[in-house]
Parts: sequence; C-alpha cells; structure tokens
Amino acid sequence: MTTQAATGAYEVDHSGPNYIAVFIYLAVLTGIELGVYAMGLPHVAKVGLLIALAWAKAVLVAMYFMHLAMEKKALALIAIIPVVLVTFLCFMLLPDLTTRMWTKFDHKIKVTNPAEMGANPVAPPPVQVPQQ
Amino acid sequence: MSEAAAVETHDHGALPVDQLEPSLTPGNLGKLGMWTFLAGDAMTFGAGIAAYGALRINNPNWPTPADYLGITTTAIMTFILICSSVTMVEALDGIQHGKQSKFRMFMALTVLGGILFLGMQAFEWHHLIVERGMSIQRDLFDASFFILTGFHGCHVFGGVVYNSVLLIRGMMGKITQAKAGLVEIAGLYWHFVDLVWILIFTFIYLI
Repeated sequence: MTTQAATGAYEVDHSGPNYIAVFIYLAVLTGIELGVYAMGLPHVAKVGLLIALAWAKAVLVAMYFMHLAMEKKALALIAIIPVVLVTFLCFMLLPDLTTRMWTKFDHKIKVTNPAEMGANPVAPPPVQVPQQ
Repeated sequence: MSEAAAVETHDHGALPVDQLEPSLTPGNLGKLGMWTFLAGDAMTFGAGIAAYGALRINNPNWPTPADYLGITTTAIMTFILICSSVTMVEALDGIQHGKQSKFRMFMALTVLGGILFLGMQAFEWHHLIVERGMSIQRDLFDASFFILTGFHGCHVFGGVVYNSVLLIRGMMGKITQAKAGLVEIAGLYWHFVDLVWILIFTFIYLI
C-alpha cells in the first residue's frame, strides 16, 4: 500500500457499470426533456418535470460516470453537502422573493416601458421615438 | 524501521506514508482532493443558479429565454458533452486494463468533444452578441446568462487543457496502467462539467 501511495498507483475494481446503458438513459432523458419543453404543458407542470428530469440526469452522471455508486458511502457526504446548502439557499430566499414584487410602484403617469418603473435596475433607458 | 520505509518517511515529511492514506478514497489521495474541490465548485455554480432564480422569480420584465436562445444548438451541445463523458469513462477503462491505444483514442475523442462544445458556444455567443444585440451590460437576463454560461465555458476550457495534457503524456508513454488514478481524477472533473451543463441547460435555456 505504501508503495502504491508513493507512485500514485492503486488497485481498481475492473467490473464497472454499463456505461453505454447510462449513455442511452441520458440521451433518452434529454429527448424527453425536449419533448416536455415543446409540449406546451402548464408552466408549473413543465417546470416541475424539467427540474425532475435534470436532477435524474445529474444523479446518473454522479452515480455511474463519477463512480459515486461504487465508492465508500461516506464519500457521498462530500457530494451531498453542496446540494443541501444550495437547496437551503434557494428556499431561504423564497419567502422574500415571493412576497416582494419587482414592479410595486404607484406611478401617476402611465408607464409604457417597464424599464421606467425601476423594475430592472440595469435595463436600458426607454427608447425615445422622434416626433414626426 | 527498514531503510526503504525510512526513505519514504523522509520524502513525505514527518508522517509515514501509510498515515497519508485517505480512508474515503483508499490509495488515491488526489481523488479525495478533487472531490473536495468539486464540492466547493458546486457551491459556486449553485450560488450562481440560485441568484439567477432570485432575479427571475416574479420579475415581469424577464424575457422568455427561448425567444433569444437557440434550443437546438444547445441541445446538440448537451449531447456532445454527454458523449464526451462516455468517451472519458472508456478512456479510463482502457488505461485501467493497460490498453494504451484505447486510452489514447478515447481521450482524443474526449478532447475533441470539449473543443466542439467550445466552438459551438463561441458560435452561439457571436450570434447572440452581434446579431441579437445581447450584452452583459444590457439587462439582468443577459448578465446572468453570460456569467453562468461563461463560467461554465471556462471550466470546459480548463478540462480540455487538463485532458490534453494527459493525452500528450499518454502518447509519450508516461501514463501507464499504474497511473490510472490520474485519469480517474481528470474524469471526475470532466463529468462534473457535464453535470453542471445538464443543470444550466435546463434552468437557463428550457425553463
């Protein structure tokens, strides 16, 4: 073991997963994603399905291409920590984001260009149409 | 302590080599290092995607991405990255079994896949900037699009360089079956780049 560590060599388990099968799953899931995208489903259903499909593909890559399924279970902790933290970050922001509107302004003048409302701080200024 | 063990102890500082063996990835300390790096990198990408969502949610000025972005081109780019992940695992399989020609061929295909992806991204950016007038300074949609896809593109570029170095060293005969661990570590990075693109493709382009 000592010599192996010093040279970078190591014993490997040559019985890997069926990579072609994983590839076919990924290709099929991508096709289904494009189908869901084009089907014209209600927005909530479409977003939910697309996110579920994307995570299914990501898990396939992590488990089989990155060999997480064949590694020690404790190694998965390293992979799961960022997922948990980012999920927490998203849900932590939701209460604020879902109760505060971007365009909650009481404009006395009718606004025709949303950029005028301060909705988007870096939006380009409204286009001035020259009077004929 | 034998003379050989004493030399190895000296080479690695105060600790005997056996004590450097990681328990999570036995025999391959670099793999544990790469996993730790990828965890940090995942948090960076995760924060970027969360910020994208925070800017977009409830924002009536947010455009429909499909009105600007080409889904067909990026679907092909996604397929190319998935294919390059397969060629990467085949290259690893080759070197693990001592098949140098298989390793070199599939590693070359992996590098080619990365270059193709970068070429198509350059084409897409050129189209969006020159013909559609998109700019990182124009609005939040453009800025978040260019930052996320650009950051990922930098990772692909890094992966192409990383894999090319391994390919060249392999062609020089310096990557042997005993060094298969190096290819596995590079593979972890490359598959992570693929995994992140799968999420970006969904969150930025499709939703």
